Amino acid sequence: MTDLTRLSLAALRDGIAKKDFTALEAADAYVSAIEAAKEKLNAYVAVTADKARDMARASDERIAKGEAGPLEGVPLGVKDLFATQGVHTQAASHILDGFKPEYESAVTSNLWRDGAVMLGKLNMDEFAMGSSNESSYYGPVINPWRGKDSNTDLVPGGSSGGSAAAVSAWLCAGATATDTGGSIRQPAAFTGTVGIKPTYGRCSRWGVVAFASSLDQAGPIARTVEDSAIMLSSMCGFDPRDSTSVDMAVPDFAAAVERGVKGLTIGVPREYRMEGMPAEIEKLWQQGLDWLKAEGATIKEISLPNTRYALPAYYIVAPAEASSNLARYDGVKYGLRVPGKDITEMYEFSRAEGFGREVKRRVMIGTYVLSAGYYDAYYVRAQKVRTLIKKDFEDAFAAGVDAILTPATPSAAFGIADQDMSSDPVKMYLNDVFTVTVNMAGLPGIAVPAGKNGEGLPLGLQLIGKPFDEETLFAAARVIEKSAALDLAPSKWWS
Amino acid sequence: MSVDADTVRRIGRLARIRISEDEVSAYEGELNAILGFVEQLGEVDVSDVEPMTSVTPMVLRRREDAVTDGGHADRIVSNAPLTEDNFFMVPKVVE
Repeated sequence: MTDLTRLSLAALRDGIAKKDFTALEAADAYVSAIEAAKEKLNAYVAVTADKARDMARASDERIAKGEAGPLEGVPLGVKDLFATQGVHTQAASHILDGFKPEYESAVTSNLWRDGAVMLGKLNMDEFAMGSSNESSYYGPVINPWRGKDSNTDLVPGGSSGGSAAAVSAWLCAGATATDTGGSIRQPAAFTGTVGIKPTYGRCSRWGVVAFASSLDQAGPIARTVEDSAIMLSSMCGFDPRDSTSVDMAVPDFAAAVERGVKGLTIGVPREYRMEGMPAEIEKLWQQGLDWLKAEGATIKEISLPNTRYALPAYYIVAPAEASSNLARYDGVKYGLRVPGKDITEMYEFSRAEGFGREVKRRVMIGTYVLSAGYYDAYYVRAQKVRTLIKKDFEDAFAAGVDAILTPATPSAAFGIADQDMSSDPVKMYLNDVFTVTVNMAGLPGIAVPAGKNGEGLPLGLQLIGKPFDEETLFAAARVIEKSAALDLAPSKWWS
Repeated sequence: MSVDADTVRRIGRLARIRISEDEVSAYEGELNAILGFVEQLGEVDVSDVEPMTSVTPMVLRRREDAVTDGGHADRIVSNAPLTEDNFFMVPKVVE
Protein backbone atom coordinates (compact mmCIF):
# COMPACT_ATOMS: atom_id res chain seq x y z
CA MET A 1 0.00 0.00 0.00
CA THR A 2 1.20 3.56 -0.74
CA ASP A 3 2.59 5.56 2.15
CA LEU A 4 -0.32 7.92 2.77
CA THR A 5 1.93 10.51 4.42
CA ARG A 6 3.73 11.06 1.09
CA LEU A 7 0.59 12.23 -0.72
CA SER A 8 -0.13 15.91 -1.21
CA LEU A 9 -2.98 17.33 0.86
CA ALA A 10 -5.12 17.53 -2.30
CA ALA A 11 -4.42 13.91 -3.29
CA LEU A 12 -5.01 12.66 0.25
CA ARG A 13 -8.32 14.51 0.49
CA ASP A 14 -9.46 13.18 -2.90
CA GLY A 15 -8.40 9.63 -2.02
CA ILE A 16 -10.38 9.75 1.22
CA ALA A 17 -13.40 11.20 -0.58
CA LYS A 18 -13.25 8.41 -3.20
CA LYS A 19 -12.86 5.83 -0.41
CA ASP A 20 -9.51 4.59 -1.80
CA PHE A 21 -8.54 4.61 1.87
CA THR A 22 -10.19 5.90 5.02
CA ALA A 23 -9.58 9.02 7.08
CA LEU A 24 -8.74 6.70 9.97
CA GLU A 25 -5.99 5.02 7.91
CA ALA A 26 -4.59 8.45 7.05
CA ALA A 27 -4.64 9.54 10.71
CA ASP A 28 -2.97 6.29 11.80
CA ALA A 29 -0.24 6.65 9.18
CA TYR A 30 0.57 10.15 10.39
CA VAL A 31 0.47 9.24 14.09
CA SER A 32 2.99 6.43 13.44
CA ALA A 33 5.24 8.80 11.47
CA ILE A 34 5.11 11.35 14.30
CA GLU A 35 6.01 8.74 16.91
CA ALA A 36 8.97 7.53 14.83
CA ALA A 37 10.39 11.03 14.35
CA LYS A 38 9.62 12.42 17.78
CA GLU A 39 13.02 12.46 19.48
CA LYS A 40 14.97 13.39 16.38
CA LEU A 41 13.00 16.33 15.00
CA ASN A 42 11.13 17.60 18.09
CA ALA A 43 8.46 19.12 15.82
CA TYR A 44 5.48 18.36 18.06
CA VAL A 45 5.04 19.53 21.67
CA ALA A 46 1.82 17.52 22.11
CA VAL A 47 0.40 14.65 20.06
CA THR A 48 -3.37 14.13 20.21
CA ALA A 49 -3.50 10.62 18.77
CA ASP A 50 -6.85 9.65 20.35
CA LYS A 51 -8.48 12.88 19.28
CA ALA A 52 -7.09 12.40 15.76
CA ARG A 53 -8.60 8.94 15.53
CA ASP A 54 -11.97 10.13 16.90
CA MET A 55 -12.08 13.01 14.44
CA ALA A 56 -11.04 10.69 11.58
CA ARG A 57 -13.81 8.22 12.44
CA ALA A 58 -16.31 11.09 12.42
CA SER A 59 -14.95 12.11 9.00
CA ASP A 60 -15.42 8.60 7.65
CA GLU A 61 -19.01 8.65 8.90
CA ARG A 62 -19.69 11.98 7.22
CA ILE A 63 -18.20 10.67 3.97
CA ALA A 64 -20.42 7.60 4.18
CA LYS A 65 -23.42 9.90 4.55
CA GLY A 66 -22.27 12.09 1.65
CA GLU A 67 -21.64 15.10 3.88
CA ALA A 68 -17.91 15.59 3.31
CA GLY A 69 -16.40 19.04 3.89
CA PRO A 70 -13.63 20.59 1.78
CA LEU A 71 -10.90 19.20 4.10
CA GLU A 72 -12.68 16.05 5.18
CA GLY A 73 -10.31 13.62 6.89
CA VAL A 74 -7.13 15.64 6.25
CA PRO A 75 -4.72 15.35 9.21
CA LEU A 76 -3.19 18.70 10.17
CA GLY A 77 -0.71 19.97 12.74
CA VAL A 78 -1.51 23.12 14.72
CA LYS A 79 1.07 25.65 15.88
CA ASP A 80 1.10 25.86 19.69
CA LEU A 81 0.04 29.52 19.38
CA PHE A 82 -3.57 28.59 18.49
CA ALA A 83 -5.99 27.95 21.35
CA THR A 84 -7.36 24.41 21.08
CA GLN A 85 -10.05 23.48 23.55
CA GLY A 86 -8.84 21.12 26.26
CA VAL A 87 -5.49 20.63 24.49
CA HIS A 88 -1.96 21.89 25.31
CA THR A 89 -1.73 25.59 24.30
CA GLN A 90 1.39 27.24 25.65
CA ALA A 91 2.98 29.28 22.85
CA ALA A 92 5.97 27.00 23.64
CA SER A 93 6.48 28.99 26.86
CA HIS A 94 7.11 27.92 30.43
CA ILE A 95 4.82 30.70 31.70
CA LEU A 96 1.74 28.99 30.23
CA ASP A 97 2.52 25.69 31.98
CA GLY A 98 -0.48 23.40 31.96
CA PHE A 99 -2.75 25.83 30.11
CA LYS A 100 -5.65 24.09 28.39
CA PRO A 101 -8.08 26.64 26.95
CA GLU A 102 -11.81 26.45 27.47
CA TYR A 103 -12.31 27.65 23.90
CA GLU A 104 -11.18 27.01 20.33
CA SER A 105 -9.49 29.59 18.10
CA ALA A 106 -11.46 30.91 15.11
CA VAL A 107 -8.96 29.56 12.58
CA THR A 108 -8.87 26.02 13.98
CA SER A 109 -12.68 26.04 14.39
CA ASN A 110 -12.92 26.82 10.67
CA LEU A 111 -10.60 23.91 9.84
CA TRP A 112 -12.56 21.42 11.97
CA ARG A 113 -15.84 22.76 10.49
CA ASP A 114 -14.44 21.80 7.07
CA GLY A 115 -13.60 18.27 8.23
CA ALA A 116 -9.87 18.48 9.05
CA VAL A 117 -8.37 16.20 11.71
CA MET A 118 -6.02 17.44 14.45
CA LEU A 119 -2.77 15.49 15.00
CA GLY A 120 -1.34 17.68 17.75
CA LYS A 121 0.41 20.91 18.62
CA LEU A 122 3.58 22.06 16.91
CA ASN A 123 6.74 23.45 18.43
CA MET A 124 7.65 27.10 17.79
CA ASP A 125 9.79 29.93 19.10
CA GLU A 126 8.47 31.04 22.48
CA PHE A 127 5.57 33.47 21.88
CA ALA A 128 6.56 33.43 18.18
CA MET A 129 9.68 35.47 18.97
CA GLY A 130 12.57 34.08 16.99
CA SER A 131 13.85 33.05 13.57
CA SER A 132 15.41 29.67 14.38
CA ASN A 133 12.97 27.88 16.72
CA GLU A 134 15.69 27.84 19.37
CA SER A 135 13.81 30.03 21.87
CA SER A 136 11.18 27.32 22.55
CA TYR A 137 10.86 26.13 26.15
CA TYR A 138 10.57 22.66 24.59
CA GLY A 139 13.96 22.84 22.89
CA PRO A 140 14.84 23.47 19.27
CA VAL A 141 13.18 21.83 16.29
CA ILE A 142 15.61 20.13 13.91
CA ASN A 143 15.32 20.78 10.18
CA PRO A 144 14.62 17.55 8.22
CA TRP A 145 17.06 18.88 5.61
CA ARG A 146 20.80 18.40 5.97
CA GLY A 147 23.67 19.54 3.78
CA LYS A 148 25.19 17.08 1.31
CA ASP A 149 27.11 14.33 3.19
CA SER A 150 26.64 16.24 6.43
CA ASN A 151 25.26 15.15 9.80
CA THR A 152 25.12 18.69 11.16
CA ASP A 153 21.73 19.67 12.59
CA LEU A 154 20.23 22.74 10.97
CA VAL A 155 17.46 25.05 12.22
CA PRO A 156 14.08 24.92 10.45
CA GLY A 157 13.70 28.70 10.81
CA GLY A 158 11.14 30.36 13.01
CA SER A 159 8.96 31.12 14.58
CA SER A 160 6.77 28.48 12.86
CA GLY A 161 9.69 26.01 12.82
CA GLY A 162 7.65 23.06 14.09
CA SER A 163 5.01 23.68 11.42
CA ALA A 164 7.57 23.86 8.60
CA ALA A 165 9.60 20.85 9.79
CA ALA A 166 6.49 18.70 10.30
CA VAL A 167 5.15 19.49 6.82
CA SER A 168 8.51 18.87 5.18
CA ALA A 169 9.11 15.58 7.04
CA TRP A 170 5.62 14.18 6.27
CA LEU A 171 4.43 14.48 9.89
CA CYS A 172 1.21 16.25 8.82
CA ALA A 173 -0.49 17.00 5.49
CA GLY A 174 -0.39 20.72 6.25
CA ALA A 175 0.00 22.97 9.28
CA THR A 176 -1.31 26.20 10.68
CA ALA A 177 1.31 28.86 11.29
CA THR A 178 1.49 32.57 12.10
CA ASP A 179 3.61 35.39 10.74
CA THR A 180 4.48 38.63 12.54
CA GLY A 181 7.74 39.48 10.75
CA GLY A 182 8.35 36.46 8.52
CA SER A 183 7.47 33.53 10.78
CA ILE A 184 5.61 31.63 8.04
CA ARG A 185 7.74 32.54 5.02
CA GLN A 186 11.25 32.17 6.47
CA PRO A 187 10.74 28.62 7.88
CA ALA A 188 8.93 27.63 4.65
CA ALA A 189 11.99 28.79 2.69
CA PHE A 190 14.34 26.87 5.02
CA THR A 191 12.43 23.59 4.64
CA GLY A 192 11.39 23.56 0.98
CA THR A 193 7.72 24.12 1.79
CA VAL A 194 5.14 26.70 0.72
CA GLY A 195 3.95 29.28 3.25
CA ILE A 196 1.57 32.19 2.77
CA LYS A 197 0.84 35.09 5.08
CA PRO A 198 -2.47 36.47 3.84
CA THR A 199 -3.49 40.12 3.95
CA TYR A 200 -3.88 41.48 7.48
CA GLY A 201 -7.52 40.93 8.44
CA ARG A 202 -8.13 37.82 6.31
CA CYS A 203 -7.71 35.33 9.18
CA SER A 204 -9.30 36.02 12.52
CA ARG A 205 -6.82 36.56 15.34
CA TRP A 206 -9.41 35.39 17.87
CA GLY A 207 -7.90 32.61 19.96
CA VAL A 208 -4.35 33.14 18.64
CA VAL A 209 -1.96 33.99 21.49
CA ALA A 210 -1.13 37.64 20.78
CA PHE A 211 2.45 38.78 20.04
CA ALA A 212 2.19 42.07 18.09
CA SER A 213 -1.47 42.59 17.25
CA SER A 214 -1.05 45.02 14.34
CA LEU A 215 1.34 42.60 12.60
CA ASP A 216 0.17 39.09 13.58
CA GLN A 217 -1.57 37.09 10.88
CA ALA A 218 -2.25 33.37 10.56
CA GLY A 219 -1.65 31.32 7.43
CA PRO A 220 -0.83 27.79 6.26
CA ILE A 221 2.41 25.95 5.56
CA ALA A 222 1.98 23.08 3.08
CA ARG A 223 3.95 20.99 0.62
CA THR A 224 2.58 22.51 -2.60
CA VAL A 225 1.10 25.81 -3.75
CA GLU A 226 -2.25 24.11 -4.36
CA ASP A 227 -2.26 22.59 -0.85
CA SER A 228 -1.59 25.98 0.73
CA ALA A 229 -4.43 27.52 -1.32
CA ILE A 230 -6.87 24.81 -0.22
CA MET A 231 -5.95 25.33 3.43
CA LEU A 232 -6.10 29.11 3.29
CA SER A 233 -9.67 29.11 1.92
CA SER A 234 -10.76 27.17 5.00
CA MET A 235 -8.75 29.25 7.48
CA CYS A 236 -10.03 32.68 6.35
CA GLY A 237 -13.36 34.28 7.03
CA PHE A 238 -15.02 37.18 8.78
CA ASP A 239 -15.18 36.99 12.56
CA PRO A 240 -16.89 39.72 14.59
CA ARG A 241 -14.80 38.71 17.64
CA ASP A 242 -11.65 40.16 16.02
CA SER A 243 -12.07 43.92 15.59
CA THR A 244 -9.67 43.95 12.61
CA SER A 245 -11.21 40.96 10.85
CA VAL A 246 -12.30 42.03 7.37
CA ASP A 247 -15.86 41.39 6.22
CA MET A 248 -15.10 40.17 2.70
CA ALA A 249 -16.00 37.07 0.73
CA VAL A 250 -13.26 34.41 0.79
CA PRO A 251 -12.35 33.31 -2.75
CA ASP A 252 -11.79 29.68 -3.69
CA PHE A 253 -8.02 30.21 -3.72
CA ALA A 254 -7.32 26.79 -5.25
CA ALA A 255 -9.23 27.87 -8.37
CA ALA A 256 -6.63 30.60 -8.98
CA VAL A 257 -3.57 28.33 -8.77
CA GLU A 258 -3.37 27.43 -12.48
CA ARG A 259 -4.32 30.89 -13.72
CA GLY A 260 -0.79 31.67 -14.94
CA VAL A 261 0.99 35.04 -15.11
CA LYS A 262 0.32 36.06 -18.72
CA GLY A 263 -0.09 39.82 -18.88
CA LEU A 264 0.92 40.42 -15.26
CA THR A 265 3.56 42.97 -14.31
CA ILE A 266 6.06 41.72 -11.73
CA GLY A 267 8.00 44.36 -9.82
CA VAL A 268 11.66 43.94 -8.82
CA PRO A 269 12.58 46.31 -6.00
CA ARG A 270 16.13 47.57 -6.42
CA GLU A 271 16.50 48.18 -2.67
CA TYR A 272 16.29 44.42 -2.03
CA ARG A 273 19.58 43.94 -3.87
CA MET A 274 21.42 44.16 -0.57
CA GLU A 275 25.13 44.68 -0.28
CA GLY A 276 26.91 41.40 0.28
CA MET A 277 23.99 39.31 -1.01
CA PRO A 278 25.26 35.75 -1.67
CA ALA A 279 25.65 34.95 -5.36
CA GLU A 280 23.35 31.92 -5.06
CA ILE A 281 20.48 34.12 -3.79
CA GLU A 282 21.10 36.65 -6.57
CA LYS A 283 21.05 33.83 -9.14
CA LEU A 284 17.87 32.32 -7.70
CA TRP A 285 16.11 35.65 -7.90
CA GLN A 286 17.10 36.18 -11.54
CA GLN A 287 16.01 32.63 -12.35
CA GLY A 288 12.59 33.33 -10.82
CA LEU A 289 12.20 36.46 -12.94
CA ASP A 290 13.19 34.53 -16.07
CA TRP A 291 10.58 31.86 -15.35
CA LEU A 292 7.81 34.41 -14.87
CA LYS A 293 8.88 36.24 -18.04
CA ALA A 294 8.87 32.99 -20.01
CA GLU A 295 5.26 32.46 -18.96
CA GLY A 296 4.19 35.88 -20.24
CA ALA A 297 4.79 38.30 -17.36
CA THR A 298 6.43 41.68 -17.79
CA ILE A 299 9.28 42.48 -15.41
CA LYS A 300 9.56 46.02 -14.14
CA GLU A 301 12.20 47.52 -11.88
CA ILE A 302 10.64 49.45 -9.00
CA SER A 303 11.83 51.41 -6.00
CA LEU A 304 10.73 50.92 -2.40
CA PRO A 305 12.97 53.60 -0.89
CA ASN A 306 12.11 53.03 2.77
CA THR A 307 12.88 49.29 2.75
CA ARG A 308 15.99 49.63 4.90
CA TYR A 309 14.00 51.22 7.70
CA ALA A 310 11.45 48.41 7.95
CA LEU A 311 13.48 46.15 10.24
CA PRO A 312 14.49 48.87 12.74
CA ALA A 313 10.90 50.18 12.82
CA TYR A 314 9.68 46.62 13.36
CA TYR A 315 12.01 46.24 16.35
CA ILE A 316 10.20 49.14 17.99
CA VAL A 317 6.60 48.38 17.00
CA ALA A 318 6.67 44.61 17.65
CA PRO A 319 8.32 44.71 21.11
CA ALA A 320 6.10 47.65 22.13
CA GLU A 321 2.94 45.71 21.28
CA ALA A 322 4.41 42.55 22.82
CA SER A 323 5.21 44.26 26.12
CA SER A 324 1.56 45.29 26.31
CA ASN A 325 0.12 41.93 25.18
CA LEU A 326 2.34 39.88 27.49
CA ALA A 327 1.38 41.94 30.55
CA ARG A 328 -1.43 39.43 31.06
CA TYR A 329 1.00 36.69 32.18
CA ASP A 330 1.16 37.50 35.86
CA GLY A 331 0.87 34.19 37.69
CA VAL A 332 -2.76 34.87 38.60
CA LYS A 333 -5.09 33.84 35.80
CA TYR A 334 -3.31 30.85 34.25
CA GLY A 335 0.02 29.11 33.95
CA LEU A 336 3.07 29.36 36.13
CA ARG A 337 3.06 31.07 39.53
CA VAL A 338 6.24 31.56 41.54
CA PRO A 339 5.41 32.72 45.09
CA GLY A 340 6.93 35.89 46.57
CA LYS A 341 6.60 37.86 49.80
CA ASP A 342 3.97 40.17 48.24
CA ILE A 343 2.03 40.43 45.01
CA THR A 344 4.68 42.49 43.19
CA GLU A 345 7.37 39.98 44.02
CA MET A 346 5.07 37.18 42.85
CA TYR A 347 4.60 38.97 39.49
CA GLU A 348 8.33 39.60 39.13
CA PHE A 349 9.39 36.07 40.07
CA SER A 350 6.73 34.42 37.90
CA ARG A 351 7.66 36.48 34.84
CA ALA A 352 11.41 36.14 35.42
CA GLU A 353 11.15 32.35 35.59
CA GLY A 354 8.29 31.90 33.11
CA PHE A 355 9.66 33.90 30.17
CA GLY A 356 12.77 32.88 28.25
CA ARG A 357 15.62 35.22 27.49
CA GLU A 358 14.48 36.42 24.03
CA VAL A 359 10.96 37.15 25.30
CA LYS A 360 12.29 39.08 28.30
CA ARG A 361 14.62 41.05 26.05
CA ARG A 362 11.73 42.08 23.81
CA VAL A 363 9.38 42.91 26.68
CA MET A 364 12.16 45.07 28.15
CA ILE A 365 12.76 46.91 24.85
CA GLY A 366 9.02 47.41 24.43
CA THR A 367 8.66 48.71 27.96
CA TYR A 368 11.54 51.12 27.39
CA VAL A 369 10.29 52.57 24.08
CA LEU A 370 6.82 53.09 25.52
CA SER A 371 8.04 54.63 28.78
CA ALA A 372 7.51 58.29 29.65
CA GLY A 373 9.74 60.59 27.63
CA TYR A 374 10.60 58.06 24.92
CA TYR A 375 7.19 57.33 23.40
CA ASP A 376 7.38 60.05 20.71
CA ALA A 377 11.06 59.53 19.89
CA TYR A 378 10.65 55.79 19.35
CA TYR A 379 7.11 54.50 19.00
CA VAL A 380 5.43 57.43 17.22
CA ARG A 381 8.43 57.83 14.90
CA ALA A 382 8.36 54.11 14.05
CA GLN A 383 4.64 54.29 13.24
CA LYS A 384 5.33 57.25 10.94
CA VAL A 385 8.05 55.29 9.18
CA ARG A 386 5.52 52.51 8.82
CA THR A 387 3.21 54.89 6.95
CA LEU A 388 6.07 55.62 4.55
CA ILE A 389 6.82 51.91 4.03
CA LYS A 390 3.18 51.24 3.19
CA LYS A 391 3.12 54.20 0.79
CA ASP A 392 6.15 52.79 -1.08
CA PHE A 393 4.10 49.69 -1.89
CA GLU A 394 0.97 51.68 -2.73
CA ASP A 395 2.97 53.76 -5.23
CA ALA A 396 4.38 50.63 -6.87
CA PHE A 397 0.95 49.03 -7.21
CA ALA A 398 -0.56 52.31 -8.48
CA ALA A 399 2.13 52.34 -11.20
CA GLY A 400 0.76 49.07 -12.57
CA VAL A 401 2.67 46.40 -10.66
CA ASP A 402 0.56 43.29 -9.91
CA ALA A 403 3.03 41.49 -7.62
CA ILE A 404 6.60 41.87 -6.44
CA LEU A 405 9.28 39.17 -6.54
CA THR A 406 12.08 39.10 -3.94
CA PRO A 407 14.26 36.50 -2.21
CA ALA A 408 12.52 35.01 0.85
CA THR A 409 15.62 34.87 3.06
CA PRO A 410 19.23 36.09 2.87
CA SER A 411 20.59 32.51 3.14
CA ALA A 412 19.65 28.84 3.39
CA ALA A 413 19.09 27.21 6.80
CA PHE A 414 21.96 27.69 9.24
CA GLY A 415 23.27 25.48 12.04
CA ILE A 416 21.77 24.99 15.49
CA ALA A 417 23.51 27.20 18.09
CA ASP A 418 25.15 29.36 15.40
CA GLN A 419 27.76 31.42 17.26
CA ASP A 420 27.32 34.53 15.14
CA MET A 421 23.56 34.60 15.64
CA SER A 422 23.50 33.84 19.33
CA SER A 423 26.12 36.45 20.26
CA ASP A 424 24.29 39.33 18.57
CA PRO A 425 20.46 39.57 18.60
CA VAL A 426 20.50 41.97 15.63
CA LYS A 427 22.21 39.32 13.41
CA MET A 428 19.34 36.95 14.07
CA TYR A 429 16.84 39.71 13.33
CA LEU A 430 18.38 40.20 9.86
CA ASN A 431 16.82 36.88 8.80
CA ASP A 432 13.56 38.79 8.36
CA VAL A 433 15.01 41.58 6.23
CA PHE A 434 12.99 40.59 3.11
CA THR A 435 9.80 39.54 4.85
CA VAL A 436 9.21 42.15 7.55
CA THR A 437 8.22 44.98 5.17
CA VAL A 438 5.19 42.93 4.18
CA ASN A 439 3.92 42.75 7.78
CA MET A 440 4.59 46.43 8.30
CA ALA A 441 2.35 47.21 5.30
CA GLY A 442 -0.25 44.50 6.07
CA LEU A 443 0.18 42.92 2.61
CA PRO A 444 -0.03 39.27 1.56
CA GLY A 445 3.25 37.41 0.93
CA ILE A 446 4.02 33.86 -0.14
CA ALA A 447 7.28 31.90 0.03
CA VAL A 448 7.76 29.19 -2.57
CA PRO A 449 10.71 26.80 -3.06
CA ALA A 450 12.67 27.88 -6.13
CA GLY A 451 16.07 26.21 -5.98
CA LYS A 452 18.81 24.69 -3.86
CA ASN A 453 22.17 25.97 -2.75
CA GLY A 454 25.52 24.24 -3.30
CA GLU A 455 24.88 22.07 -0.25
CA GLY A 456 21.57 20.88 -1.67
CA LEU A 457 19.53 22.89 0.83
CA PRO A 458 16.27 24.47 -0.32
CA LEU A 459 16.03 28.17 -1.12
CA GLY A 460 12.81 30.14 -1.50
CA LEU A 461 11.51 33.17 -3.33
CA GLN A 462 8.88 35.54 -2.00
CA LEU A 463 6.00 37.12 -3.89
CA ILE A 464 4.29 40.17 -2.39
CA GLY A 465 0.77 41.09 -3.50
CA LYS A 466 -1.81 43.85 -3.35
CA PRO A 467 -4.11 43.85 -0.35
CA PHE A 468 -6.60 40.96 -0.66
CA ASP A 469 -5.08 39.72 -3.92
CA GLU A 470 -3.72 36.40 -2.66
CA GLU A 471 -5.01 34.80 -5.88
CA THR A 472 -2.30 36.44 -7.99
CA LEU A 473 0.31 35.20 -5.49
CA PHE A 474 -0.92 31.61 -5.80
CA ALA A 475 -0.89 31.84 -9.61
CA ALA A 476 2.64 33.30 -9.77
CA ALA A 477 3.99 30.96 -7.08
CA ARG A 478 2.61 28.01 -9.03
CA VAL A 479 4.55 29.14 -12.13
CA ILE A 480 7.75 29.17 -10.06
CA GLU A 481 6.94 25.80 -8.48
CA LYS A 482 6.25 24.25 -11.87
CA SER A 483 9.29 25.79 -13.57
CA ALA A 484 11.65 24.80 -10.75
CA ALA A 485 10.32 21.21 -10.66
CA LEU A 486 12.41 20.48 -7.56
CA ASP A 487 12.74 17.23 -5.69
CA LEU A 488 11.62 18.45 -2.26
CA ALA A 489 11.97 15.21 -0.35
CA PRO A 490 14.65 15.41 2.33
CA SER A 491 16.45 12.09 2.84
CA LYS A 492 14.71 10.37 5.74
CA TRP A 493 17.43 10.11 8.43
CA TRP A 494 15.11 10.58 11.41
CA SER A 495 13.26 7.26 11.45
CA MET B 1 20.16 57.23 23.38
CA SER B 2 21.57 54.38 25.40
CA VAL B 3 20.66 52.62 28.62
CA ASP B 4 22.84 52.20 31.71
CA ALA B 5 22.66 49.66 34.52
CA ASP B 6 20.18 51.77 36.53
CA THR B 7 17.89 52.08 33.53
CA VAL B 8 17.97 48.30 33.05
CA ARG B 9 16.88 47.84 36.69
CA ARG B 10 14.14 50.46 36.25
CA ILE B 11 12.80 48.83 33.04
CA GLY B 12 12.81 45.48 34.83
CA ARG B 13 10.66 46.94 37.60
CA LEU B 14 8.29 48.59 35.09
CA ALA B 15 7.98 45.30 33.16
CA ARG B 16 7.53 43.34 36.41
CA ILE B 17 10.42 41.06 35.52
CA ARG B 18 12.94 40.42 38.29
CA ILE B 19 16.42 41.09 36.91
CA SER B 20 19.15 39.65 39.11
CA GLU B 21 22.31 41.69 39.60
CA ASP B 22 24.44 39.28 37.60
CA GLU B 23 22.10 39.69 34.58
CA VAL B 24 22.17 43.49 34.49
CA SER B 25 25.28 43.98 32.40
CA ALA B 26 24.26 41.40 29.78
CA TYR B 27 20.86 43.09 29.37
CA GLU B 28 22.57 46.46 29.19
CA GLY B 29 24.70 45.26 26.27
CA GLU B 30 21.83 43.57 24.42
CA LEU B 31 19.39 46.45 24.83
CA ASN B 32 22.02 48.93 23.65
CA ALA B 33 22.74 46.75 20.59
CA ILE B 34 19.05 46.85 19.66
CA LEU B 35 18.67 50.55 20.42
CA GLY B 36 21.80 51.23 18.37
CA PHE B 37 20.22 49.33 15.48
CA VAL B 38 16.95 51.30 15.58
CA GLU B 39 18.81 54.61 15.88
CA GLN B 40 18.94 54.86 12.06
CA LEU B 41 15.25 55.80 12.04
CA GLY B 42 16.48 59.25 13.07
CA GLU B 43 17.63 59.79 9.45
CA VAL B 44 14.10 59.59 8.06
CA ASP B 45 12.24 62.83 7.45
CA VAL B 46 8.88 62.20 9.10
CA SER B 47 7.63 65.77 9.21
CA ASP B 48 4.03 65.92 7.92
CA VAL B 49 3.73 62.11 8.07
CA GLU B 50 0.81 60.65 9.99
CA PRO B 51 1.65 57.68 12.23
CA MET B 52 -0.02 54.47 11.07
CA THR B 53 -2.87 53.60 13.41
CA SER B 54 -4.81 51.13 11.27
CA VAL B 55 -3.28 48.53 8.99
CA THR B 56 -6.27 48.32 6.65
CA PRO B 57 -8.16 51.54 6.00
CA MET B 58 -11.21 50.78 8.11
CA VAL B 59 -13.28 52.28 10.86
CA LEU B 60 -13.41 50.13 13.96
CA ARG B 61 -16.68 48.26 14.01
CA ARG B 62 -19.08 48.89 16.84
CA ARG B 63 -21.53 46.41 18.21
CA GLU B 64 -24.73 46.80 20.09
CA ASP B 65 -24.07 47.58 23.76
CA ALA B 66 -25.67 44.42 25.06
CA VAL B 67 -24.74 41.38 27.11
CA THR B 68 -23.94 38.64 24.60
CA ASP B 69 -22.14 36.11 26.72
CA GLY B 70 -21.43 35.25 30.32
CA GLY B 71 -22.14 32.92 33.20
CA HIS B 72 -18.86 31.02 32.81
CA ALA B 73 -17.07 31.96 36.05
CA ASP B 74 -16.00 28.35 36.68
CA ARG B 75 -14.53 28.03 33.18
CA ILE B 76 -12.78 31.38 33.46
CA VAL B 77 -10.92 30.38 36.62
CA SER B 78 -10.37 26.77 35.54
CA ASN B 79 -6.71 27.39 34.56
CA ALA B 80 -5.77 29.61 37.51
CA PRO B 81 -2.96 28.44 39.82
CA LEU B 82 -5.06 29.26 42.92
CA THR B 83 -8.81 29.87 43.22
CA GLU B 84 -11.58 29.77 45.77
CA ASP B 85 -15.33 30.03 45.08
CA ASN B 86 -14.61 31.18 41.51
CA PHE B 87 -12.28 33.97 42.69
CA PHE B 88 -8.63 34.31 41.69
CA MET B 89 -6.51 34.10 44.85
CA VAL B 90 -3.48 36.41 45.22
CA PRO B 91 -1.19 37.43 48.08
CA LYS B 92 -2.68 40.09 50.36
CA VAL B 93 -2.61 43.53 48.66
CA VAL B 94 -4.31 45.75 51.31
CA GLU B 95 -3.01 46.00 54.86
